[in-house]
Amino acid sequence: MSSAAVRELHGLPASGGIVAGKCFRPMNAALSRKQGTVDEESTAFERAVAESIRQIAELASNSDELGAEILEFQELLLGDDEILGPVRKRISAGMSADSAWSEVLKIEIDDYASSDGEYMAARASDLADLRDRVLNAMMANGSGRTPEPTLGDVIVADDIGPSVLIDWADRNLAAGIALGAGSATAHSAIVARSKGLPMAVGISGLEQIRSGATMLLDGDAGTVTVGSQARLSEIRDTRMAKVEEARRIEAEFAAKPARTASGKPINVLLNVEDPDDLEKLNPEICGGIGLFRTEFLFMGECLPSEEVQYSAYRRVVEWADGRPVTIRTLDAGGDKPVAGLTVESETNPFLGVRGLRLSLANLGQFRMQLRAISRAAALGPVKAMLPMVTVPSEFAEAEKRLDEALSELEAEGTACAKPALGIMVETPAAALTAADWPAKFYSIGSNDLVQYVTACARDNPRVAGLADPANPAVLELMRRTVKAGKARGVEVSICGEMASNPKHVHSLLDVGLDTLSITPSYAGRVKHAISRFGGGP
Amino acid sequence: MEENMSEDGWVGEEAVITDKLGLHARTAIKLTKLAMKFDSNIQIRSEQRPDWVNAKSPNLVIKLRPPQNSPLYIRASGDDAHDAVEALVGLVARNFRE
Repeated sequence: MSSAAVRELHGLPASGGIVAGKCFRPMNAALSRKQGTVDEESTAFERAVAESIRQIAELASNSDELGAEILEFQELLLGDDEILGPVRKRISAGMSADSAWSEVLKIEIDDYASSDGEYMAARASDLADLRDRVLNAMMANGSGRTPEPTLGDVIVADDIGPSVLIDWADRNLAAGIALGAGSATAHSAIVARSKGLPMAVGISGLEQIRSGATMLLDGDAGTVTVGSQARLSEIRDTRMAKVEEARRIEAEFAAKPARTASGKPINVLLNVEDPDDLEKLNPEICGGIGLFRTEFLFMGECLPSEEVQYSAYRRVVEWADGRPVTIRTLDAGGDKPVAGLTVESETNPFLGVRGLRLSLANLGQFRMQLRAISRAAALGPVKAMLPMVTVPSEFAEAEKRLDEALSELEAEGTACAKPALGIMVETPAAALTAADWPAKFYSIGSNDLVQYVTACARDNPRVAGLADPANPAVLELMRRTVKAGKARGVEVSICGEMASNPKHVHSLLDVGLDTLSITPSYAGRVKHAISRFGGGP
Repeated sequence: MEENMSEDGWVGEEAVITDKLGLHARTAIKLTKLAMKFDSNIQIRSEQRPDWVNAKSPNLVIKLRPPQNSPLYIRASGDDAHDAVEALVGLVARNFRE
């Protein structure tokens, strides 16, 4: 490797941001304590537990809410009789306090580590963190502090305990974290994100970086680069400029109402998959929810009850705070199978029993969903959107079921309201006959519309080049849908991926659309593109 | 013996986990802390495993991991058993919101 060359090590992003700094490798404190009598060992253990609880409480009091929550788990574990009991038993039987503690914790850590998944691995790292803290507290004089990073260091380790990281982060001792193991869902990664520290995990080849070497950590890409300082600075500046520009646009435009260059207001709505995603979002950035996908409710081991659905819908309606929320009825089938519901033997599932077709074939499930939606409609403006429709009789059938659900609810005395019932325009048939539907609104599902108009499967990369959302035939169908909606005086929006792509925004405004429902993280970029649109009707 | 105890000593009910992560670290902690407020012996069980575990042990509760939309069985025995079960079922039912 020549001095001008750089070397990039690859891992996974865990917390965004780019930082250059010196490599710091934390060390584990070596343990040496002499075993005393059973009483002495017992006292040593209880003291170490008490001391650890004190340390954790102190850390928690200086930490933010998230750090405190992670530390709380560790503190609770130090009061867990199911863990302390076995340790005390071993000490009474003559084992040293440190061996007894290590042995019991090892059983627990191994148990967590042997389970699949990142979640359990994260718990294993919590317990390892706790094990080390208590062991350190047991050391005879307790003064053996481990070396700490200095301001601006990048922590390089196989893994790091969250409590150590919280401590360093709170004292501004860490500029970033590069881990050989770890996962993006581990507590330490959550801490890094909440502290705004760049972090990459699962990086192979970290052992090549010596302590004190200058390195560049890219938490967005999940990479680490080593090389000469000059080259690293250059790479960092280029990447940061790009990130900065995107952030600047996002920050400047996201919260503002969208207007074209000529001043025409455009209604920007959000597509949401999961109510949890809303917690991080400010409702001010949108005019409502243009697409709430309900499929996530159906991905569990059993089909969701009316209550489960209602509580999810209610969360969205409450978040929207008076803004309209469009809930799409189950859009399973095609590339989204649902166990126990979708048909498995279809040779061409994209042209099979999917969307509303599936709901009308499973009336019990459909009725439950319509009841949950109607109950949510009592809490705020709710619309119900029917996916994958071909002919108006399907709409009539669905509306009949909706009215039945409403009558049932009313008879039971359950609060409910009729949601505005509309259709998702995804088939060329629906787009061409839009004027014939008694729908209260239309929302163009461009992903499927493109697939059906261009005859290119969404899941076949070899025809991806032909599946162009800007194909004139696709745009023409959108134009007709908009025209039909305007003639009937009902809203026409688009909720496909195309609307979130700043590159396509001008084509959409050009066909007359004035309501775009997009992926929330693109709000700023889409509004920026809207602000630069000069033409249009 | 277990059977006899449930006949006379235990008060039990079930609740459904609605969080998409199932019962995870954060919610497990809330459940444990609430359980600790009661004197009764409180146990919980998921549908996936046959054994009841001490609801006051964060370590055992966190390992249960009942997935979303699956039931969590809660039982208690002691003077405040009824209140304990009611409180824990309530916590799960409102998706762990305080």
